[in-house]
Amino acid sequence: MELLLQQILSGLATGAIYACMALAVVMIYQSIGHLNFAQGEMATFSTFVAWQLITWGFPYWAAFALTVALSFAGGVLIERVVFRPLKDAPALSHIVVFIGLLAIFNNASGFVWDFTIKTFPSPFGQGPMFGAFLNMHQAGMIACTLGMLVLLYLFFSRTRLGLSLRAAAANPESARLVGVRVGWMIALGWGLASAIGAVAGMLIAPGVFLEPNMMLGVLLYGFAGAVVGGLTSPIGAVAGGLIVGVMENLAGTYVPVVGSELKLTIALSLIILILIFKPSGLFGKTLAKRV
Amino acid sequence: MAIERVSAILFLLAAIAAPMLLSGFFIFQVTMLLVYAIAIMGLNLLTGFNGQFSLGHSAFYAIGAYAAAILMDKFGIGYLWTLPLAGLICFAVGFLFGFPALRLEGTYLALATFGLAVATPQILKLTPLEHWTGGVQGVFVAKPNAAMGLPLTADQWLYYLTLSVFILLYILARNLIGSRTGRALLAIRENPIAAQSMGINVSLYKTLTFGVSAAYTGVAGALGAIVIQFVAPDSFGFMLSVTFLVGLVVGGIAWLPGALIGAAFILFVPNFAEEISKGLSGAAYGVIMILLMYVMPSGAGGIVQSALRAVRAR
Repeated sequence: MELLLQQILSGLATGAIYACMALAVVMIYQSIGHLNFAQGEMATFSTFVAWQLITWGFPYWAAFALTVALSFAGGVLIERVVFRPLKDAPALSHIVVFIGLLAIFNNASGFVWDFTIKTFPSPFGQGPMFGAFLNMHQAGMIACTLGMLVLLYLFFSRTRLGLSLRAAAANPESARLVGVRVGWMIALGWGLASAIGAVAGMLIAPGVFLEPNMMLGVLLYGFAGAVVGGLTSPIGAVAGGLIVGVMENLAGTYVPVVGSELKLTIALSLIILILIFKPSGLFGKTLAKRV
Repeated sequence: MAIERVSAILFLLAAIAAPMLLSGFFIFQVTMLLVYAIAIMGLNLLTGFNGQFSLGHSAFYAIGAYAAAILMDKFGIGYLWTLPLAGLICFAVGFLFGFPALRLEGTYLALATFGLAVATPQILKLTPLEHWTGGVQGVFVAKPNAAMGLPLTADQWLYYLTLSVFILLYILARNLIGSRTGRALLAIRENPIAAQSMGINVSLYKTLTFGVSAAYTGVAGALGAIVIQFVAPDSFGFMLSVTFLVGLVVGGIAWLPGALIGAAFILFVPNFAEEISKGLSGAAYGVIMILLMYVMPSGAGGIVQSALRAVRAR
């Protein structure tokens, strides 16, 4: 029983990492309707910026705030410069552009900050908590993810801008007719996704060490979490990320022989199983389609 | 029609003459180009013509490659026989994977196939399977010599073998697309519900397409294993699927000859980017990819097709 509890808790801790990333994935999916393959590398790049600022002597939270602001601006800029001219291109072409961005950001991080691993400070410390099940940083990370979720919820449901963003995503034509500037809303979605990705990167880095390929694995889990939870729901994304983390951990512990070697595979097969019975994710809305 | 026939003949002449004019390493590269082109053609049947998105084709490529390697290494089966066998095995796997894929669409299908791509290297490395797969070490494959005492080097022979397989599979794909079945595939891509109401068995066609697409990619994998003479789990990861997808889009979606252009892109452009700048080769590759999408958003196929249309309209 104690083993089970411990595995679930440490699953939640890794799940929180995935949940952060899943949240960023859902944000971008909401505004452009695609999964952004470059999201992980963009987040890694942001984290490197934060690392550089801290190394230059900025206090942690100042560097944090500055990085989030810079990432937001960077996200908007990418949308304006790279994607605006391609807005009528086929969906698969967009995917190639995402892959191009992935290559650029990955290479740029490695080129500027080289490939040696770096330690990244945690604002919460590394001391134990809850009887050694979680450390302070993991607890802080879970708290941050939930905090971000609450902020996003308030933004989307209580502010005029959040409403416009939702309108632009749900029905661009009608949104434009009632005066929403749809193009800028998409750019704003990119900015938000990029900022959330930066937060995720900065929260993840203390646990996994900072290097240019840090996010590659995490993004995969983030996708999985986002899809399990339903790509239309931020709450679903967080829940999905946590579910993936816990499932992965439990599979590694309790499935005999192949469990530890195949924990990712087992987690992904469970996800596919969930999707077969619930094709739009656990919390997603089922959309009716016109013929 | 005339333009297409002339360009097909020109391609054939160039392809047959190529090994006489090129050196050993370049022959190897052009052979790999044809191998990738077969894989991209398989992906095109599924994604381009049937509208099912796949990030899992690295898995079918891996299954084909491992099937060929294991059949040769452990069962002593001749390399030529491994090609149809790898195709059959991959057809079965793809067909079976097509069933759960029926329930999923778009992004969700992408995730399911993506799971397949991520899982494959892990399964290949699995300890209980090590006797067959060689674990992390992989399996070595002997290089075949020219058959029937033909006066060709091993590289040239492999090139002609791959070329023949490519031409055979190309003709098969072309006929498939032009047939009643092909029109059913296109109808499903355009609108599954409308296709169903016209009496097309959507489930059957979708799963069969998955199988055929996987079989193409599996044959490519088997050829790739013979040409490279080595299979190892980590060369068949998710990035290989992404590479195929890039090749598909660059070549042109739903345009079969595009497979050659796409394969040339994924094979040569990374090297070219390396020459631009050693340290920033990845970024250069990325920039080239993005610029290409600006210039031709629907790939080489889009440009060629609109050019053809303009010529015919005169």
